[in-house]
Amino acid sequence: MAEFVWLIVVIPLIGFLINGLLGLSSEGYRKQKSVIGWLATFAVFVPFLIAFQIFLEMNAGSEPVVVRLFTWIEAGSFTSDIAYRVDQLSILMALVVTGVGTLIHIYSMGYMKTDEGFYKFFAYLNLFIFAMLNLVMANNLLLLFLGWEGVGVCSYLLIGFWYKDMEKATAANKAFIYNRVGDFAFLVAMFLVFRTVGSLDFDVIFSNLHLFNGDIAFWVAVLMFIGATGKSAQIPLFVWLPDAMAGPTPVSALIHAATMVTSGIYLITRFSGLYMTSPEAMLLVAVIGGLTAIVAATIALTQYDIKKVLAYSTVSQLGFMFLALGSGGFVAAMFHVVTHAFFKACLFLGSGSVIHAMHHVEHELEHEGKHVHFDPQDMRNMGGLKEYMPSTYKTFLISTFAIAGIPVFSGFFSKDEILAYLFNAGLGEFGAVYYALWGLAVLTAFLTAFYMFRLTLTTFHGTFKLPGKFKGAENAAKYLHESPASMTAPLWILAALALVGGFMGVPEFFVTTFTSTDATVNWLYAWLSGVTVRAAIILPYGVKWTLVAIAIVVAVGATILAYRMYDNDKGEATDAAIRERFGSLYATWEDKYKFDEAYEAMIIRPGNRLADRVLAVFDVKILDGFVNAIGSIVQFFGSLLRFVQTGVINTYAIAFVVGVILIIGLLIF
Amino acid sequence: MIGLELYLGVSAVLFVIGVLGVLIRKNAIVVFMCVELMLSAVNISLVAFSASMGDVHGMILVFFVLCVAAAEACVGLAIVIAIYRNNITADISKINLLRW
Amino acid sequence: MEIINDLLLFLPATIVAIGGLTVMMLDGYKARSRTIYTTTMVFLGIALGVASWDLLMQAPELIFSDMAGAGGTAAFGTFIVVFGTFFTVILTHDYLIGVKHNFPQVYPLLMFCTFGMIVLATANDLVTVFVGLETMSVCLYALAGIIRDKRLGVESALKYFVMGAFSTGFFLYGITLLYGATGSTSLPEIGAYTDGGLIYWGGVSLLLVAFMFKVSAVPFHMWTPDVYTGSPTTITAYMSTAGKTASFVALVLILDRAMPFIATELTATFSIIALLTMILGNAVAMVQDNVKRMLAYSSIAHVGYLFVGLAAGSVAGYSAVLFYLLAYTFMNVGAFGVVAYYEKNHDVHFNNVESYAGLGYQRPIMGVLLSIFLFSLAGIPISAGFNAKYLVFSAGIEAGLVSLVVVGVLASAASAYYYLRVMVYLYFREGKESVSLIEPKKVYSFSLVFLALLTLYFGVVPGGVTEMIYGYFSDSMLTATAP
Repeated sequence: MAEFVWLIVVIPLIGFLINGLLGLSSEGYRKQKSVIGWLATFAVFVPFLIAFQIFLEMNAGSEPVVVRLFTWIEAGSFTSDIAYRVDQLSILMALVVTGVGTLIHIYSMGYMKTDEGFYKFFAYLNLFIFAMLNLVMANNLLLLFLGWEGVGVCSYLLIGFWYKDMEKATAANKAFIYNRVGDFAFLVAMFLVFRTVGSLDFDVIFSNLHLFNGDIAFWVAVLMFIGATGKSAQIPLFVWLPDAMAGPTPVSALIHAATMVTSGIYLITRFSGLYMTSPEAMLLVAVIGGLTAIVAATIALTQYDIKKVLAYSTVSQLGFMFLALGSGGFVAAMFHVVTHAFFKACLFLGSGSVIHAMHHVEHELEHEGKHVHFDPQDMRNMGGLKEYMPSTYKTFLISTFAIAGIPVFSGFFSKDEILAYLFNAGLGEFGAVYYALWGLAVLTAFLTAFYMFRLTLTTFHGTFKLPGKFKGAENAAKYLHESPASMTAPLWILAALALVGGFMGVPEFFVTTFTSTDATVNWLYAWLSGVTVRAAIILPYGVKWTLVAIAIVVAVGATILAYRMYDNDKGEATDAAIRERFGSLYATWEDKYKFDEAYEAMIIRPGNRLADRVLAVFDVKILDGFVNAIGSIVQFFGSLLRFVQTGVINTYAIAFVVGVILIIGLLIF
Repeated sequence: MIGLELYLGVSAVLFVIGVLGVLIRKNAIVVFMCVELMLSAVNISLVAFSASMGDVHGMILVFFVLCVAAAEACVGLAIVIAIYRNNITADISKINLLRW
Repeated sequence: MEIINDLLLFLPATIVAIGGLTVMMLDGYKARSRTIYTTTMVFLGIALGVASWDLLMQAPELIFSDMAGAGGTAAFGTFIVVFGTFFTVILTHDYLIGVKHNFPQVYPLLMFCTFGMIVLATANDLVTVFVGLETMSVCLYALAGIIRDKRLGVESALKYFVMGAFSTGFFLYGITLLYGATGSTSLPEIGAYTDGGLIYWGGVSLLLVAFMFKVSAVPFHMWTPDVYTGSPTTITAYMSTAGKTASFVALVLILDRAMPFIATELTATFSIIALLTMILGNAVAMVQDNVKRMLAYSSIAHVGYLFVGLAAGSVAGYSAVLFYLLAYTFMNVGAFGVVAYYEKNHDVHFNNVESYAGLGYQRPIMGVLLSIFLFSLAGIPISAGFNAKYLVFSAGIEAGLVSLVVVGVLASAASAYYYLRVMVYLYFREGKESVSLIEPKKVYSFSLVFLALLTLYFGVVPGGVTEMIYGYFSDSMLTATAP
């Protein structure tokens, strides 16, 4: 079956082509929304079935199978194939991408039902799946890079899906440009790899890892990691992800929570052998991951936009995964990727369900002749929704338990594994730093549970606050309703996975402490042992159990604390109290550590001011952020240089003669 | 007998005069004449090399150069006339709509 | 007879030349412009067919007493030139009717110019190079100012002409000095000469200067933005693709055949030129509001990337350059084609990027096409532009020019800014007043769609072509000396 792996990749492409071309050319087809929706869904579901079949035929010891389709580029010593790799890691990722992808496609059919760009949305989603599968199944770096860029383009298209809104178009540009910064580093890493081993094929690279000695290993690792910080939203390039929430919610769930943003973790796991040879690079990964985790968690504490909270939470959880990578727990990172895909997708889809309902309320009030304008994503307008939306509430709650790390739920196992690795790394090189990071991670875990329950309790518990807040919205509650089955069914499936998903990676010592069998209980570790390297955990049982106990105490403690502070409409009062207590620290969190402003002040504004004063010929409103920075500097020189072009022929001739002298000088002397 | 070096020297001097003319003169016709001077200067070198090596290739190339120069003159003068009709000037420092 | 045999091997050029003469006669006898256009297309169509056949079938050999070549790189260059001309003529016909200046003289001029380009791209002797280069240039001067009552057009023609003639002086001086030093004008014979000396190096530098001028490398680029902005848009497309390709192929031939032993000495020079060109081209392109002028500077930037390939001085570098030219021809003719379409029922001022606001939704097909071409120019994957850049840069890395390539990759990342900017206006900005666009002619849009498909095709499977190009150099002198 493995030889049919190309079907997995090609079918979503076919779905994209059919929906895209027919939709573009035929007015009538665009109206056939159920045909479009189901076609797109099956274009992802069939690949899932194929991937599942391949998965069943494999076992932990299977050798990687490489399926070459054709030679892509061939020039002298350089060749690159379109070739896909089937091994335990890639099939796991493919299952997550197509599985979660299918559920989100079904959900989108309900969510996007009334949107006029329906066909375009599904075409883009299929294109995204195609690109993402290329990324995870590729057998060489160039094809991986193609998928890497492809998901970037799709993310750009989908964030800016409602392009009529200028703010959303800007967010799309911002995402694209921040990613380009990371991509550049990745490209340089690729060149370095090619220069070192003379090929970009994974087989060749992995069997020649010894050629990466010392500095080269460090630089390749660091450059790849910079690439990952762009795609996976880590410091300093994370600011695009919260803005990317401008896109439709299913997009946030699929791309900005479950799949695309984890591609940086996939990349580093793929190259785990390389990373293990460079402890300095590992330390850098861990430190950046740890800082990102705590920074994003504190910001999430202060947000009121329900999607923004989840966005910062995603950034923070991604930071957790990088912590795992940096401490040698590659399997633990993949474990968290999978469980996070379940519960975070569920949370995003749940928030989409809530936003959908709030929109409906606004719409119906409009219908009634009352023009009430409120932010349908602001949780201060919500409250008490559990009465009206029971399914959404229950699934949201399960996923919140999972992300908070309450025992038995999936997040508990994966987070615990990461903490164990961090503590374990404290025994090795740079031990003190790793212990500090462990402390930071525990603090982050506490904050995670706290802000997630803040979100859940404010949204679903207490009383519905909209009627009291806005004139004309007094009877808004009667328009609240549960979302259709096409939206709640995916929620239930994801919630179930969030509940039991953790059992794929139950730590071995849970069993071996009590019985002395050699039974492999940690299925995931066994499954991935052939394709990743990992540091060995050498902690004694006592320490291991202590760590588990600490994790449980922290998670449960935070939950209880949040419950006492936020239940029964005490939310806004509590927030005020916390603001009081932490003063300027809270202000820093609320201002998102002024990252955007810092970029603005350090790079963009000086460039602009200089340029404005001297020349005033700019249009910098379109692209903000980092590239604007480079852009402004280059633009400044560009504006100076353009005035060399005087329009007078004599000047041109003088430049020519200067050039002649330059060339003669270079060649003769 | 005059040596090869002298011919080359004269040729180089004429070439440089032509280049300087293009750099500083403003009248399109004069600039154009300076370019022609450059071509003629090169022809002197070509003939000198050809004669000193006893090889005819260089001489043949001179005829090509003359032909091309004539063709260029023809197109060039037509362009200058068109410019003059449009701008009522042949001063190249004033013909700068296209810049920056 | 040998001459007949040679002419047959040189068939595309022969057909184009006869076609040019025929069309000129037709014009002399006051034939209708439609007839002239049709005749031109017939001749070019046949020439394109023969050129494609040659590209696939012809074995490399020397013709006309070793003055020119056929097959191999010669066939490749001929194909790109004729291909570019074919589409230029389709676009030009429509464009000139649109701007109400349908001069039939443009067709014979285009064909003579094409003849010159073919001679240039197939040359094996400096005399042939000279004749080809001048035939091409003299026709281009006239084409730049073909709309002779438009001030911008005539001004660009004057600038092009003066600077072009100026560079011809240097070119000739270079040939002369090389001839004086080596005693020959034949490329392989010059290549066999290794003694060096002041006259030899003077000749080499002046010859390279002239080529850098023709392909508009910094600091010899100053004519480019003005000429590209002022000329009729489709003629600009022609100059920047077919014209540039012919010059670059000739340059590669000269480097490969006449200067194989000094390739390493030239690396530093080419690197500096590449650096200047990439930086200046991209930097100034960023501040342009006129789309045509922006594309002119972007074409300078692309020359910078191409010089990275030349600086590599290896077979990989030269074949990357040839592939780049092919890809560049597809995407640039296409991009200028769409710009010409937007422009033709308005005036020159319509080229300002602000007038593109919201145009993407009117005639969506044109918006999508322009986006594809711009994506490819920016070097975003699954486009021919990405593969071209990739090959050039990897050749640079292989030759150890790491820092040059780093600058190149950075510059090309920055270039996304000004290409994306056009798309932002196309799609994310509301137009101030509604601009109505007439429906494009079928043949016009089909040509552009075809070019876009080629752009994407070579983005996905460039394999065969790159291998073919690589093969051209297998028996060259460079490989013989390379370790």
